[in-house]
Amino acid sequence: MCLAIPGIIEELEGEWAKVRVGGVTVEANVALVPGAALGDYVLVHAGYAIQRLTQEDAEESLELLREFSEFQESLDEGK
Amino acid sequence: MSEAPSKHPDAATVIERIRALPLRPAKFMEVCGTHTVAIFRAGIRNTLLAERKIELVSGPGCPVCVTAAAEIDDVAQLALREPGRITITTYGDLLRSKGHDTSLADARAKGADVRVVLSPNENIALAQQHPEREIVFFGIGFETTQPGLAHTLLEAERRRLANFTAYVSHKLVAPVLEVLAKDPRLKLDGFVLPGHVSTIIGEEPYGFLARDHGLPGVIAGFEALDIIVALYYLLAMREKGEPHIVNAYKSVVLPEGNIRAREMIDQVFEPTDAHWRGIGAIPMSGHVLRERFAAFDTHLRFGLERVIEDESGFGECRCGEVLLGLIKPPECGLFGTRCTPEEPVGACMVSSEGACANYFRFGQRR
Repeated sequence: MCLAIPGIIEELEGEWAKVRVGGVTVEANVALVPGAALGDYVLVHAGYAIQRLTQEDAEESLELLREFSEFQESLDEGK
Repeated sequence: MSEAPSKHPDAATVIERIRALPLRPAKFMEVCGTHTVAIFRAGIRNTLLAERKIELVSGPGCPVCVTAAAEIDDVAQLALREPGRITITTYGDLLRSKGHDTSLADARAKGADVRVVLSPNENIALAQQHPEREIVFFGIGFETTQPGLAHTLLEAERRRLANFTAYVSHKLVAPVLEVLAKDPRLKLDGFVLPGHVSTIIGEEPYGFLARDHGLPGVIAGFEALDIIVALYYLLAMREKGEPHIVNAYKSVVLPEGNIRAREMIDQVFEPTDAHWRGIGAIPMSGHVLRERFAAFDTHLRFGLERVIEDESGFGECRCGEVLLGLIKPPECGLFGTRCTPEEPVGACMVSSEGACANYFRFGQRR
């Protein structure tokens, strides 16, 4: 649950951003990352951007995220 | 704090360096549940770790796993108190975790309105759309998750929401690390420290591990290479007899953490004693809302008492010992037989970050 996911800010209005994570776009609040701008890579956790990061770091952690989500889904479907 | 190279060398080089160190058994703890997953993915448990006699034990860093059973009962009972008026919201992986009596999923099956949210901020819209309902958010999580709820509560205050409260069940990492560092049964040689918690809190809160307990710690990322590098630093520091806290995840962990997020947490919450499932009460290891936010406090709104002590026994389930790193999941008599991801008995088998769920998933039976 403490896993944060990386994405790129594609739209920004006030403190709300649309962040593309892999193939999907999620809404995220950027109030915790002052100065966040369009095109920035950010780490998103529970609907909030918590840190900026480089593109290279963003791509590295996506792979882990994919496998992790699949696992939680398989657990939740178990019952 | 020690300097770590900003660019890691390749895995083969790091493994070579580990092999060049004297072979002495070592026991480290990975505190974070996501690291438990990453270590299995790296496929090093039965290879590199076995070869170098490195024991890696999982710690208490799974928010669902450490949420007190009595708190789950509390929230489930509240949900059933007035299903026509009260809506409980929480993160999905908490639904199936059982209290002493029941789970939120059970409460939902009995007619309670229990909804899953992906972000605490969703509560704002929900409260506005349903002014006739009381929206109660069951907020669990470590430091990574806390600033989001802090921001949500500030927003609720700004909008003067009268039908939203939070049942705060946050946990703080540093106080539980102190408990683990002091536990004479554990005999740890160091810690792999949580990457995304550190994104918020930075390096300083871990300093006491090296200073007061002589234990090294490495803040690590979640790739196989990150884990191997962390192990190398831990082993190397032990060999030199120079324990430090090393930040090996500099791309997202600044020495001071996320100052804005820390300020927001501090504005909304204050530390309080908290009960950790299977572990017990730990002083100043949780959060309570500051007085300014009393109007948003579920405990005050519904006359609930805070859970600080809870019975630690769960029959044959040995989750508590797993969370403290005292036993590995397969040592529990229920593991893989009466307790599986399909039919979990303990919280450690419910969450995808739980040690038991991961030992089961990756077929680790010893």
